[in-house]
Amino acid sequence: MILSSSSAHPGPWTAAAMVAAVVLLSTAGEVLTAAAMQSIGDLDEIRARSGMKGAIRAVITSPLFFAGVGFLALAFFALLFALNHLDLSLVAPASASLTLVTNAIAARLFLHENVDRRRWASAVFVCVGVYLLAH
Amino acid sequence: MSRHTLSPHQYLILGLVSICAPLGDTCLSRGMTHLPAITLTHPGSLISAVFTPWIAIGIALLIGFFASYLTALSWADLTYVLPATAFGNVIVALLSKFWLHEPISLERWTGIVLITIGVGFVAQGPSRTERPAETSPDVRPAVAEGERVP
Repeated sequence: MILSSSSAHPGPWTAAAMVAAVVLLSTAGEVLTAAAMQSIGDLDEIRARSGMKGAIRAVITSPLFFAGVGFLALAFFALLFALNHLDLSLVAPASASLTLVTNAIAARLFLHENVDRRRWASAVFVCVGVYLLAH
Repeated sequence: MSRHTLSPHQYLILGLVSICAPLGDTCLSRGMTHLPAITLTHPGSLISAVFTPWIAIGIALLIGFFASYLTALSWADLTYVLPATAFGNVIVALLSKFWLHEPISLERWTGIVLITIGVGFVAQGPSRTERPAETSPDVRPAVAEGERVP
């Protein structure tokens, strides 16, 4: 797929590096955000106890949350950069689907989530499904 | 909650995660295509675009997505919530088929079926990994008061 880019487009390795940058930055952002929300605790319970202000305060006082949002912002700009050089039909499905698999790996490694066979199967099914749907 | 099954309210939050992002993107797309071309020489037009109805609705939906996504991550695993975000693509594809009567290719139908099966796999399992720290009763109230857990 990457090799089919026109001569005006970057080479396959450059294209792969651009997609990889989007995927890795996005994964870092998602994992940091998830870690922040895990450390904060159940927002519904916090809101019931401390109100909406308490819930918002719990989120915006978390450094992990801002780190996650920062990486998600970087992923967004990396996506814009990639879209400036590559076709949307390549970048959108490739980054969206690969991010699901890298998130499953990162969630197991860094968040110590129990990614059992069922969740691996789900990640692969959804990854292929998103690629087919977005392509 | 020992097996981390979800309440109807939590399923509603996951539903909002699924539907708000693709609908927000669609509203932004519709709003931007109805505007004249925006150039960097007139950045003010980008600011005024924010206050047009479709783009304002799109931004409100995306804020709703982020709030419900963060809420879902506070009581469910990342690998449980992410398939829900992908399921939004299925909802939009089905809406475009049955509401806008747009054709869907065999390839896309295959994608819809695969995502649905994938979401079904995850939905049958527990929403959160069991952790010893979760049994400690003093962890969550400490965070709720704005303090850090060491």
